[in-house]
Amino acid sequence: MTTQRLSYTYDSTLETVDSAEQTASQIATESGFEEDVVMQIAMAVREAAINAVLHGNAYDPGKKVAMEFEANGKDLVITIRDQGHGLDLSKIPDPLAPENLMKTSGRGIFLIRSFMDEVQINPSQTGTEVKLIKHVHGPAAGGKEASL
Amino acid sequence: MSMKVSTRQVDGVTIVDCSGRITLGEGSVVLRDTVDGLLGKGQKKILLNLGDVNYIDSSGIGELVRAFTTVRKGGGDLKLLNLTKKVHDLLQITKLYTVFDVKDDEAVAVKSFS
Repeated sequence: MTTQRLSYTYDSTLETVDSAEQTASQIATESGFEEDVVMQIAMAVREAAINAVLHGNAYDPGKKVAMEFEANGKDLVITIRDQGHGLDLSKIPDPLAPENLMKTSGRGIFLIRSFMDEVQINPSQTGTEVKLIKHVHGPAAGGKEASL
Repeated sequence: MSMKVSTRQVDGVTIVDCSGRITLGEGSVVLRDTVDGLLGKGQKKILLNLGDVNYIDSSGIGELVRAFTTVRKGGGDLKLLNLTKKVHDLLQITKLYTVFDVKDDEAVAVKSFS
Protein backbone atom coordinates (compact mmCIF):
# COMPACT_ATOMS: atom_id res chain seq x y z
CA MET A 1 0.00 0.00 0.00
CA THR A 2 1.25 3.46 -0.83
CA THR A 3 1.56 5.99 1.92
CA GLN A 4 -1.29 8.44 2.06
CA ARG A 5 -0.76 11.82 3.69
CA LEU A 6 -3.34 14.46 4.46
CA SER A 7 -2.62 17.80 6.08
CA TYR A 8 -5.01 20.28 7.65
CA THR A 9 -4.63 23.67 9.28
CA TYR A 10 -7.24 24.67 11.80
CA ASP A 11 -8.12 27.84 13.69
CA SER A 12 -7.89 27.80 17.47
CA THR A 13 -11.60 27.33 18.06
CA LEU A 14 -13.97 24.82 19.59
CA GLU A 15 -15.17 23.92 16.09
CA THR A 16 -11.65 22.70 15.35
CA VAL A 17 -11.98 20.07 18.06
CA ASP A 18 -15.11 18.62 16.44
CA SER A 19 -13.62 18.85 12.94
CA ALA A 20 -10.43 17.08 14.00
CA GLU A 21 -12.43 14.31 15.64
CA GLN A 22 -14.62 13.81 12.57
CA THR A 23 -11.64 13.79 10.22
CA ALA A 24 -9.81 11.26 12.39
CA SER A 25 -12.89 9.05 12.50
CA GLN A 26 -13.22 9.11 8.71
CA ILE A 27 -9.54 8.39 8.05
CA ALA A 28 -9.37 5.65 10.69
CA THR A 29 -12.41 3.99 9.13
CA GLU A 30 -10.86 4.19 5.67
CA SER A 31 -7.65 2.71 7.11
CA GLY A 32 -9.52 -0.44 8.06
CA PHE A 33 -9.79 -0.13 11.84
CA GLU A 34 -12.76 -1.71 13.59
CA GLU A 35 -15.52 0.53 14.92
CA ASP A 36 -14.35 0.45 18.55
CA VAL A 37 -10.80 1.30 17.53
CA VAL A 38 -12.02 4.10 15.26
CA MET A 39 -13.79 5.60 18.27
CA GLN A 40 -10.61 5.36 20.34
CA ILE A 41 -8.49 7.03 17.65
CA ALA A 42 -11.08 9.77 17.14
CA MET A 43 -11.25 10.40 20.87
CA ALA A 44 -7.45 10.55 21.20
CA VAL A 45 -7.34 13.09 18.37
CA ARG A 46 -10.17 15.06 19.98
CA GLU A 47 -8.27 15.23 23.28
CA ALA A 48 -5.06 16.26 21.51
CA ALA A 49 -6.99 18.94 19.63
CA ILE A 50 -8.50 20.20 22.90
CA ASN A 51 -5.01 20.50 24.37
CA ALA A 52 -3.74 22.32 21.27
CA VAL A 53 -6.64 24.78 21.08
CA LEU A 54 -7.16 25.46 24.79
CA HIS A 55 -3.83 24.91 26.51
CA GLY A 56 -1.42 25.40 23.62
CA ASN A 57 -2.85 28.23 21.58
CA ALA A 58 -5.24 29.46 24.30
CA TYR A 59 -7.91 30.29 21.67
CA ASP A 60 -5.51 32.86 20.14
CA PRO A 61 -7.00 33.70 16.70
CA GLY A 62 -3.50 34.39 15.41
CA LYS A 63 -2.32 30.87 16.16
CA LYS A 64 -3.12 27.74 14.18
CA VAL A 65 -3.33 24.02 14.84
CA ALA A 66 -1.63 21.87 12.19
CA MET A 67 -2.69 18.28 11.79
CA GLU A 68 -1.23 15.55 9.58
CA PHE A 69 -2.58 12.07 8.97
CA GLU A 70 -0.30 9.43 7.46
CA ALA A 71 -1.61 5.98 6.61
CA ASN A 72 0.85 3.43 5.22
CA GLY A 73 -1.05 0.18 5.62
CA LYS A 74 0.82 -0.74 8.82
CA ASP A 75 0.26 2.31 10.96
CA LEU A 76 -1.90 5.36 11.17
CA VAL A 77 0.30 8.23 12.33
CA ILE A 78 -1.37 11.47 13.39
CA THR A 79 0.66 14.57 14.22
CA ILE A 80 -0.88 17.59 15.94
CA ARG A 81 1.11 20.80 16.37
CA ASP A 82 0.15 23.96 18.18
CA GLN A 83 1.90 27.33 18.40
CA GLY A 84 1.84 27.74 22.16
CA HIS A 85 4.67 28.02 24.65
CA GLY A 86 5.29 24.31 24.90
CA LEU A 87 3.70 21.82 27.26
CA ASP A 88 5.57 21.28 30.53
CA LEU A 89 5.58 17.49 30.79
CA SER A 90 6.65 17.62 34.44
CA LYS A 91 3.39 19.36 35.32
CA ILE A 92 1.09 16.70 33.91
CA PRO A 93 -0.60 15.10 36.92
CA ASP A 94 -1.46 11.42 37.24
CA PRO A 95 -5.26 11.50 37.08
CA LEU A 96 -5.46 8.11 38.76
CA ALA A 97 -3.63 9.28 41.89
CA PRO A 98 -6.04 9.44 44.85
CA GLU A 99 -5.44 13.16 45.31
CA ASN A 100 -6.34 13.82 41.65
CA LEU A 101 -9.21 11.39 41.18
CA MET A 102 -11.94 13.97 41.84
CA LYS A 103 -10.37 16.79 39.86
CA THR A 104 -12.46 18.13 37.03
CA SER A 105 -9.62 18.26 34.50
CA GLY A 106 -6.28 16.65 33.69
CA ARG A 107 -7.42 13.43 32.00
CA GLY A 108 -6.80 14.29 28.35
CA ILE A 109 -3.25 12.98 27.92
CA PHE A 110 -4.06 9.95 30.05
CA LEU A 111 -6.92 9.08 27.67
CA ILE A 112 -4.69 9.65 24.64
CA ARG A 113 -2.08 7.26 26.03
CA SER A 114 -4.80 4.74 26.88
CA PHE A 115 -6.22 4.66 23.37
CA MET A 116 -3.12 4.83 21.16
CA ASP A 117 -0.29 2.31 20.74
CA GLU A 118 2.45 4.96 20.80
CA VAL A 119 2.37 8.59 21.90
CA GLN A 120 5.24 11.04 21.49
CA ILE A 121 5.00 14.50 23.01
CA ASN A 122 7.64 16.99 21.90
CA PRO A 123 7.31 20.42 23.52
CA SER A 124 9.38 23.37 22.41
CA GLN A 125 9.29 27.12 22.97
CA THR A 126 7.39 27.53 19.71
CA GLY A 127 4.73 24.95 20.43
CA THR A 128 4.01 21.34 21.20
CA GLU A 129 4.00 18.48 18.71
CA VAL A 130 2.04 15.39 19.64
CA LYS A 131 2.46 12.25 17.52
CA LEU A 132 -0.15 9.53 17.87
CA ILE A 133 0.43 6.09 16.36
CA LYS A 134 -2.03 3.25 16.02
CA HIS A 135 -0.87 -0.02 14.48
CA VAL A 136 -3.34 -1.46 12.01
CA HIS A 137 -2.81 -4.84 13.66
CA GLY A 138 -2.57 -3.56 17.23
CA PRO A 139 -3.18 -5.21 20.57
CA ALA A 140 -6.85 -5.85 19.84
CA ALA A 141 -5.83 -8.10 16.93
CA GLY A 142 -3.45 -10.14 19.07
CA GLY A 143 -0.28 -8.14 18.59
CA LYS A 144 2.48 -7.87 21.17
CA GLU A 145 2.17 -4.18 21.86
CA ALA A 146 1.62 -3.11 25.41
CA SER A 147 -1.95 -2.24 26.27
CA LEU A 148 -3.11 0.10 29.03
CA MET B 1 -25.34 15.82 17.99
CA SER B 2 -25.39 18.10 20.98
CA MET B 3 -26.55 17.27 24.46
CA LYS B 4 -30.25 17.39 25.39
CA VAL B 5 -31.78 16.98 28.81
CA SER B 6 -35.25 16.65 30.26
CA THR B 7 -36.18 16.24 33.90
CA ARG B 8 -38.94 14.38 35.70
CA GLN B 9 -39.82 13.68 39.30
CA VAL B 10 -40.24 10.18 40.70
CA ASP B 11 -40.84 9.75 44.45
CA GLY B 12 -38.86 12.84 45.38
CA VAL B 13 -35.98 12.04 43.07
CA THR B 14 -35.22 14.23 40.06
CA ILE B 15 -34.36 12.07 37.10
CA VAL B 16 -32.37 13.88 34.41
CA ASP B 17 -32.70 12.09 31.09
CA CYS B 18 -29.63 12.99 29.04
CA SER B 19 -29.08 12.27 25.36
CA GLY B 20 -26.33 13.04 22.90
CA ARG B 21 -22.77 13.97 23.72
CA ILE B 22 -21.31 15.38 26.93
CA THR B 23 -18.27 17.12 25.51
CA LEU B 24 -16.27 20.31 25.78
CA GLY B 25 -18.52 23.28 25.13
CA GLU B 26 -22.27 23.06 24.89
CA GLY B 27 -22.69 19.52 26.23
CA SER B 28 -20.78 20.18 29.42
CA VAL B 29 -22.47 23.55 29.89
CA VAL B 30 -25.95 22.04 29.54
CA LEU B 31 -25.17 19.46 32.22
CA ARG B 32 -23.69 22.07 34.54
CA ASP B 33 -26.61 24.47 34.14
CA THR B 34 -29.12 21.68 34.68
CA VAL B 35 -27.53 20.42 37.90
CA ASP B 36 -26.97 23.94 39.23
CA GLY B 37 -30.59 24.79 38.41
CA LEU B 38 -31.89 21.77 40.30
CA LEU B 39 -29.76 22.57 43.34
CA GLY B 40 -31.01 26.14 43.21
CA LYS B 41 -34.57 24.83 43.47
CA GLY B 42 -33.65 22.60 46.39
CA GLN B 43 -33.82 19.40 44.38
CA LYS B 44 -30.87 17.54 45.83
CA LYS B 45 -31.65 13.93 44.94
CA ILE B 46 -30.50 13.67 41.36
CA LEU B 47 -30.36 10.62 39.14
CA LEU B 48 -28.54 11.19 35.84
CA ASN B 49 -29.92 8.81 33.22
CA LEU B 50 -27.08 8.45 30.70
CA GLY B 51 -28.73 5.69 28.69
CA ASP B 52 -28.81 7.80 25.54
CA VAL B 53 -25.39 9.40 25.99
CA ASN B 54 -23.28 7.87 23.27
CA TYR B 55 -20.12 9.90 23.72
CA ILE B 56 -18.28 11.68 26.47
CA ASP B 57 -14.82 13.30 26.43
CA SER B 58 -12.44 14.33 29.20
CA SER B 59 -14.35 17.58 29.64
CA GLY B 60 -17.59 15.62 30.03
CA ILE B 61 -15.98 13.32 32.56
CA GLY B 62 -14.81 16.38 34.44
CA GLU B 63 -18.33 17.78 34.37
CA LEU B 64 -19.74 14.56 35.86
CA VAL B 65 -17.15 14.81 38.66
CA ARG B 66 -18.04 18.45 39.21
CA ALA B 67 -21.77 17.66 39.34
CA PHE B 68 -21.17 14.84 41.81
CA THR B 69 -19.02 16.90 44.19
CA THR B 70 -21.28 19.96 43.94
CA VAL B 71 -24.39 17.99 44.82
CA ARG B 72 -22.62 16.17 47.66
CA LYS B 73 -21.31 19.44 49.08
CA GLY B 74 -24.86 20.79 48.97
CA GLY B 75 -26.05 17.96 51.16
CA GLY B 76 -27.58 15.93 48.36
CA ASP B 77 -26.71 12.91 46.31
CA LEU B 78 -26.15 12.28 42.61
CA LYS B 79 -26.20 8.84 41.05
CA LEU B 80 -25.76 7.55 37.51
CA LEU B 81 -28.22 5.33 35.66
CA ASN B 82 -27.97 3.18 32.52
CA LEU B 83 -24.40 3.72 31.39
CA THR B 84 -23.67 2.85 27.79
CA LYS B 85 -20.67 0.58 27.25
CA LYS B 86 -18.54 3.49 26.05
CA VAL B 87 -19.26 5.61 29.11
CA HIS B 88 -18.90 2.59 31.39
CA ASP B 89 -15.49 1.79 29.92
CA LEU B 90 -14.33 5.40 30.25
CA LEU B 91 -15.31 5.53 33.91
CA GLN B 92 -13.50 2.22 34.43
CA ILE B 93 -10.18 3.31 32.95
CA THR B 94 -10.30 6.64 34.80
CA LYS B 95 -11.04 4.75 38.06
CA LEU B 96 -14.23 6.76 38.54
CA TYR B 97 -16.62 3.85 38.20
CA THR B 98 -16.31 3.00 41.89
CA VAL B 99 -16.56 6.66 42.92
CA PHE B 100 -19.99 7.11 41.40
CA ASP B 101 -22.99 5.14 42.56
CA VAL B 102 -23.99 3.51 39.27
CA LYS B 103 -27.38 1.84 38.79
CA ASP B 104 -28.93 -0.05 35.92
CA ASP B 105 -32.54 -0.21 37.14
CA GLU B 106 -34.50 3.01 37.54
CA ALA B 107 -36.88 1.77 40.25
CA VAL B 108 -34.01 0.39 42.32
CA ALA B 109 -32.07 3.58 41.78
CA VAL B 110 -34.94 5.80 42.95
CA LYS B 111 -35.51 3.64 46.02
CA SER B 112 -31.81 3.81 46.92
CA PHE B 113 -32.12 7.55 47.64
CA SER B 114 -34.50 7.00 50.55
